[in-house]
Amino acid sequence: MSHLLREHAPITDAGWKLIDEEARERLLPGLASRRLVDFSGPHGWELSATNLGRVERANVSELKGVEANRRVVLPLIELRSRFTVSREELRAGDRGAEDVDFDSLDAAAQRIVEAENTAIFHAWPKAGIDGLTASSPHKPVVRGKGFDDYPGCVARAVELLLRSGVAGPYGLALGREDYTSVVETAEHGGYPLLDHLRNIIKGPIVWTPGVNGAVVVSMRGGDFAFDSGQDISVGYESHDAQTVSLYLEESYSFRVLTPEAAVAIAQPKGR
Amino acid sequence: MGFDQYHEPPNELPEQTRTFARLCASLTEEAEAIGWYEQRLAIERDPEAKAVMADAVGEEYKHFSMDLEFLLRRTPKWREIARGVLFQPGDIVEHGEAAEAAADDDGDDGSAADAPPAPAASGGSLGIGSLRGEGL
Repeated sequence: MSHLLREHAPITDAGWKLIDEEARERLLPGLASRRLVDFSGPHGWELSATNLGRVERANVSELKGVEANRRVVLPLIELRSRFTVSREELRAGDRGAEDVDFDSLDAAAQRIVEAENTAIFHAWPKAGIDGLTASSPHKPVVRGKGFDDYPGCVARAVELLLRSGVAGPYGLALGREDYTSVVETAEHGGYPLLDHLRNIIKGPIVWTPGVNGAVVVSMRGGDFAFDSGQDISVGYESHDAQTVSLYLEESYSFRVLTPEAAVAIAQPKGR
Repeated sequence: MGFDQYHEPPNELPEQTRTFARLCASLTEEAEAIGWYEQRLAIERDPEAKAVMADAVGEEYKHFSMDLEFLLRRTPKWREIARGVLFQPGDIVEHGEAAEAAADDDGDDGSAADAPPAPAASGGSLGIGSLRGEGL
């Protein structure tokens, strides 16, 4: 039995299938970092740290004539997002109901997606994660109040990457507001803004809840490393007569190997 | 079209085994295509034609990798052995022998047909992994 303790839950195989399918469906659209950065793993729940190949040059030896330096590693962070499912709803699912209420699961999935994206695209200092925009030496390209100049902003960001010797193809992570505006905007002549951006980027454009503005990243590989310990899984916590308490859980570390390989597109101040 | 991917009568095979066989056939075809492109690229002198074929073989690498990942996800023992061999520096044969021995120690034969049918027994992972390159 794994630490997720799924076998202890009062949930049938059919119920687990429904829960897993719903979770995947809710998670997939928003997991943007996995579409843009190098993903390694999953290496298992037992993995605690990523090897950095570095050593802390502070001699901690208490024995004369013996030098002792500690290895520096990057610990994995564990994310857990709890939710509940009504046992009555699970019974309905077992009978074949197609409208089982998974609202709590949907909200938990959204939380874990935003947590993953925010840490990777911006930063999560307490977790030891230096995100893309926090690490980037480039000043953010600030867009205008409208979206007319958006292709120009993206082109400027790409030019910044090229000037730093960072080759393409590139990817574009769009925060919620930028995504909505990009998708609904047509330029002069009715040409969809999204198609124009595709021509500039030459790589994927992804919806990225949790990101402020947008981020242009190189996708040549080798610049950003997502090390997955346990990939997102559903585990069991407890139950009573009415509800089952479950959680979504994952462990990972993230490293920015080439800070200059990302450029933020910031929203204008005083909007 | 033929149904050469089946070695046994298809109507006697369960659906998951037929799907598995289709992906095995697809994996073989992608590997063949990679081999063909390698030969064509080795003798082509026109740089433009060479660039087109170099781009095309990249597609085959992707298809092969996707087919392989699908099959590994459905075959626990194969996945376990592959984990010990793929992307490991050092002696390939030694890694292969060690990975096979470790997988044998785990007991069941781990074939796709024995893959756990229900998520409850699958360890709980949603199997999302990398989504690299997927976008709007």
